[in-house]
Amino acid sequence: MVQNIMTKKEYQKYAESKSPKSKLFRNIIRAFWVGGMICVLGQLFTNLLKNMGVDMEEAGSITSIIMIFLGILFTGLNVYDELGRYAGAGSTVPITGFANSIVSPAMEFKSEGYIMGVGAKMFVIAGPVLVYGILASVVVGVLYYLIK
Amino acid sequence: MEDTLMTYINAFIVGGIICSIGQVLIDRTKLTPARILVLFVTSGVILTGLGIYQEIVKIGGAGATIPLTGFGYNLARGAFKDVDKYGLLGAFTGGVRAAAAGITAAIVFGYLASVAFTPKAKR
Repeated sequence: MVQNIMTKKEYQKYAESKSPKSKLFRNIIRAFWVGGMICVLGQLFTNLLKNMGVDMEEAGSITSIIMIFLGILFTGLNVYDELGRYAGAGSTVPITGFANSIVSPAMEFKSEGYIMGVGAKMFVIAGPVLVYGILASVVVGVLYYLIK
Repeated sequence: MEDTLMTYINAFIVGGIICSIGQVLIDRTKLTPARILVLFVTSGVILTGLGIYQEIVKIGGAGATIPLTGFGYNLARGAFKDVDKYGLLGAFTGGVRAAAAGITAAIVFGYLASVAFTPKAKR
């Protein structure tokens, strides 16, 4: 019998080593390739723009706009959240995920109206991101001014 | 031609690694996605402040700029640029100036999409 072959403790260790770790590994692989592919798409737009003679700086901004547009479009089509279920951080961490975090609650709370529903809920996640991102950029800017 | 291919491979690897770090954080620390995003953008600003993220961007291209750490990189780089131009005032104008395209695109397209689309019932 199985119980005789392994003590309870050994089995626990065995079970732990099998289930959560392999699930973590699986999730990492999924996040890696989906996140990687989203970045490849971004690289594609950047390269195309550069070939068209757009300068580096502008190419970056335009790429962001395109990626955000795509993130929002696929959220609207109910595709992005499906992708999120599969890819986890692979779809959350790229800028398309930031776009998703804006439109997803806005759509969901549309029934609460265009001001407190759409207008306010857009920033449920994007708000904190902007608050801390901008705060940090001011701190870095002031420090740079002082030590420059 | 080969150089172009390398930009894709590098973007894939660097972007993949950054997203994997996020996945490990989600699975191991139970941080919510909102906290992960805040952590990533702030880390991007700090790493750029320390001069580290610029090197990651040199290697990974869009693999480093497309993840939210790249948004932080943009904010910090903008702050540097405006401080060089306008002095201390630049610390207040640079970040948002550099991120303006992304923020505005997200608000405009986000608004239009939430008007046009209806969410599927939650499962």
